[in-house]
Amino acid sequence: MSENAKAAPDFSNWSCPLPLAGYPTIVMGHGGGGKLGNELVENLFLPAFRNPELENLGDAAVLDLGGNRLAMSTDSFVVQPLFFPGGSIGELAVNGTVNDLAVSGAEPKFLSASFILEEGFPLNQLAAIVQNMAAAAATAGVKIVTGDTKVVERGHGDGCYINTAGIGVLRPGIVVGPHRAQAGDAILVSGTVGDHGMAIMSVREGLEFESQIRSDCAALNGLIAEVLDAVGNAVHAMRDPTRGGLASTLNEIAQNSGVGMAIDEASLPVRPEVQSACELLGLDPVYVANEGKVVFFVAPEAADQVLAILRAHPLGRDAARIGRVTAEHPRMLVARTAMGSNRVIAIQIGEQLPRIC
Amino acid sequence: MKYLTEFRNGEIAQRMAREIHQIATRPWKIMEVCGGQTHSIIKNGIDQMLPAGIEMIHGPGCPVCVTPLELIDKALAIAKQPGVIFCSFGDMLRVPGTEGDLFQVKGAGGDVRVVYSPLDAVELAAKNPDKQVVFFGVGFETTAPANAMSVHIAKRRGIQNFSLLVSHVLVPPAIEAILGAPGHQIDGFLLAGHVCSVMGYWEYPPLAEKYKTPLVVTGFEPLDLLDGIRRCVIQLESGRHEVENAYERIVTLEGNRPAQRLLAEVFEVTDRAWRGIGTIPKSGWRLSEAYRAFDAEQRFHITGIHTEESPLCRAGDVLRGAIKPAECSAFGKQCTPRHPLGATMVSSEGACAAYYNYGRFISAEELAGAGSGLSGATNV
Repeated sequence: MSENAKAAPDFSNWSCPLPLAGYPTIVMGHGGGGKLGNELVENLFLPAFRNPELENLGDAAVLDLGGNRLAMSTDSFVVQPLFFPGGSIGELAVNGTVNDLAVSGAEPKFLSASFILEEGFPLNQLAAIVQNMAAAAATAGVKIVTGDTKVVERGHGDGCYINTAGIGVLRPGIVVGPHRAQAGDAILVSGTVGDHGMAIMSVREGLEFESQIRSDCAALNGLIAEVLDAVGNAVHAMRDPTRGGLASTLNEIAQNSGVGMAIDEASLPVRPEVQSACELLGLDPVYVANEGKVVFFVAPEAADQVLAILRAHPLGRDAARIGRVTAEHPRMLVARTAMGSNRVIAIQIGEQLPRIC
Repeated sequence: MKYLTEFRNGEIAQRMAREIHQIATRPWKIMEVCGGQTHSIIKNGIDQMLPAGIEMIHGPGCPVCVTPLELIDKALAIAKQPGVIFCSFGDMLRVPGTEGDLFQVKGAGGDVRVVYSPLDAVELAAKNPDKQVVFFGVGFETTAPANAMSVHIAKRRGIQNFSLLVSHVLVPPAIEAILGAPGHQIDGFLLAGHVCSVMGYWEYPPLAEKYKTPLVVTGFEPLDLLDGIRRCVIQLESGRHEVENAYERIVTLEGNRPAQRLLAEVFEVTDRAWRGIGTIPKSGWRLSEAYRAFDAEQRFHITGIHTEESPLCRAGDVLRGAIKPAECSAFGKQCTPRHPLGATMVSSEGACAAYYNYGRFISAEELAGAGSGLSGATNV
């Protein structure tokens, strides 16, 4: 294929429109869920691997196998600490992949689990992680059907890394995708934002602060199934706002769909303790990670019904309608502040950095 | 949240904005000194709430923006050395030096860590006696007491492997430099509330008198900022030029005396280079003779640093309020937040970065009818 010649990863070709000349090596921001990571995808992975299934750039690839529509997704988990208030790396590894499949409109069925373990890692910790995974899989109704274990020398890993991949069956007749949000759609979020990221922060070395904040880590396939059963294709797009938080998700969908997003800051559900911790550390909750939340872009006439379904579900009690999709300011997220003025919420360059003052 | 939510009340904010609309009869240019205030103005859209003639100029109060390139290069050189744990506040990690930033040093194997307090860095030094722990102590009078405390404690506890790469800058000399510059256009200042919480505001009356300019001590929440602007406009409209305290719940005239005593013991006044502005006499602090042994610049003997700023970058003119970011020929072309030529495009509260994001937005038609009159700052 003629594609292959230009697809070879050649750093000197990383030019327009977004040069990466500033970073010849991988920096932490490449994994931060912001612009740098997107550039890796657009300038390196996509040109190298290009195919129609990948180009969709959804949370999961949509595969057509002899008339059966499947979704496939993979994710790696490198969180520290491994155990945190409200969950562990084991639950994240299962729920993360389950959620990526679910927001693609699929019913998650099977997962793989691969472990990269560091020499010296305590077996009882591994056992606890595996128990968490088993419980999470049972709750989500998925089976872990294949796996792998590798061990690296002491100092070459961080205790335990986990990769999971998953396969799900797409619901017949349901077509959702990050490029399908339409002007006029209502934007709904299934609950409070920022819980997971701040729970992790609260126990991170050097930053321990006492708080009641717990990770929201949860499998969302049940919640999403209820919504899709009720309103079907009135749901145009869904995404779980993990790394980079709500702001990144809204910006990404705005870009993929070529629409604008307008949200009302006063309507954002944020726990007071999360808001306080964010104030203290100079962070903005809209950029903080979630692991048990989903954002829906739905036809406006179905918004009230979806909101009622969410609020009746244990994982959606704090659901809120936070804004709408607009034809104005395409590819941009604009928030109406509590002051009644407007501000742009831009996609981050890399990690969110605590500010000096 | 007590002491926060009551200062973010949208209805009261609208009322205060209306009052400013009623008071203002002429255009005024008001500079907010502190980067934290700029951040809050942008985040809350305060500038959009003001009458068209009231223009907020973003001053040189962002430590990320004004720290000289030479010092960033020194930080990079020290952080690269084996056996060094280099500690910094988070947002200094992305500031570009001549070659790369601290993120890249970290990516290449350097031990670079984000800490929330310089005292954490002292603890790291105590726990890692075989390492040299360096804290990157930049910022204004606000961050200075904690930095002073870090070397004070390190000295008292005999922690020899701790040092401070320090470049503190001071607000009053910067204001004087701006007001003393020929052709400056600033009519009034919002003084940095947190700087004043440490230093008080007894230093400012001579400046207000000499340059016939109102100076209003101002906080950071939306209502604090609107109140500061309101009081500044009232003074300007009535031809007064006084120092006024609009942040009374935090700031007193004399400031935090114990902190000032510690600062006087640990630091001494020195000339400082400000990125984009140049050297301002007696505008910074360095470690005093008694604490010089904790100076990272002396400990690591970094030499051969040769820095060059982009000839296109006009950050200095922007920081002085002489031009708006969009008037710079490189703005949005060679210089973007993704590829900044100068520090004002790096930090989210840097004037150029703020304008860049905002300028893209203002082109959107939705805003044409939104809000009350748009301030000059939005007419990019």
